[in-house]
Amino acid sequence: MAVTNRIRRSMIFLNTQRAALVKDAFVYHPDCVIFDLEDAVAEGEKDSARIQLYQTLKHVDYQGVERWVRVNALDSDLVNEDIRAAVAGGTEGIRLPKTETAAEVKEASAKITAAEKEFDRPVGSTMLMAALESPLGVMNAYEIATADDRMMGIALSAGDYTRTMHAKRTVAGTELFGARSQMLIAARAAGVMAFDTVYTDTDNEEGFKKELQLIKDMGFDGKSCINPKQIGITHEIFNPSAAEIKHAEHVLQAVNDSKENGVGVLTVDGKMVDVAWVEGAQRNLKLAKAAGIYKGALV
Amino acid sequence: MKVTTQAIAGTLESSDAQVMILPHSGSVKVELTSSVFDQYGDHIIALAKDTAKTLGLEDGLIKIVDKGALDCTIKARIETAFYRMTGQTADLPWEVL
Repeated sequence: MAVTNRIRRSMIFLNTQRAALVKDAFVYHPDCVIFDLEDAVAEGEKDSARIQLYQTLKHVDYQGVERWVRVNALDSDLVNEDIRAAVAGGTEGIRLPKTETAAEVKEASAKITAAEKEFDRPVGSTMLMAALESPLGVMNAYEIATADDRMMGIALSAGDYTRTMHAKRTVAGTELFGARSQMLIAARAAGVMAFDTVYTDTDNEEGFKKELQLIKDMGFDGKSCINPKQIGITHEIFNPSAAEIKHAEHVLQAVNDSKENGVGVLTVDGKMVDVAWVEGAQRNLKLAKAAGIYKGALV
Repeated sequence: MKVTTQAIAGTLESSDAQVMILPHSGSVKVELTSSVFDQYGDHIIALAKDTAKTLGLEDGLIKIVDKGALDCTIKARIETAFYRMTGQTADLPWEVL
């Protein structure tokens, strides 16, 4: 199986029905794009969007931006052809909407396997991401995340989730706290990535930044975006700060030195640290390196 | 395959193309309206004929109103119009499109 380990701070949805959106979205430098065949596409244009998807995947060079496809729901009569087109076109991954059970992930994986065989792609090379959009999906997050080797991550989709929870969207995101926490714990336990829902008030930059800081502090790996202007802000918040990079370097250097001196606990930048800090420091430096803002040799 | 009924795909938005397929006996004919006709007209017409050949179209009129679309979009709109004409919605031969 080929789940790739890479930076995925931003994933921007593109309405595949619209040629102007899919022709060159790589110029905004997102980490990933999600070609949408589902909610954004009008019912009468599903066929057109799917063919546009295939031709875009085949002929537009996305210059290293990871390409995902959000297919229609598993119980629709559209999903089989969506998966065939996406796999034939060479997508890196399929985003499965409205996922509620591990069995659905397995069913989607079986359809992907059939398409990989049909179009001579290596079996297992197409990744899967499951969107959790209901109380049942959130409750089953761990089973969903561990259902198949293709699983790269799980993503929260707040629109349907708040509707099915009889909740109201708030600026603070209070209504999402339980779902965010549960799916994040599930993702970490399963060893997959976790992505937060879209922020729909695209003119509220301050609100967007606050939400990004919240989900970064919680431990999310990235955020779904709906507007190109959200990409740069997302990267800015998710990138380790200069102070975080410096501190991570100090931690790793100090721990390396302490190994030679036989010291278990030490002080770095005025704070007590021990070997438990190493993983976090390494993660920060790896993220900084992947983002192109750390050139050192400690990771 | 011959065109027996008309079908349409695409839009007149920037970067898109609107394609209509209509009955026309004898051959595949392409009518193109494009703001870049002088630079790319021959290329787009050749692309349309090539796409029609791949689809197995023996005759028909392909009317294209190009709004600065990439080749892959023009191709996609012709293919969409073609499959709307045939009524085929599943099991498309993606490997040859």
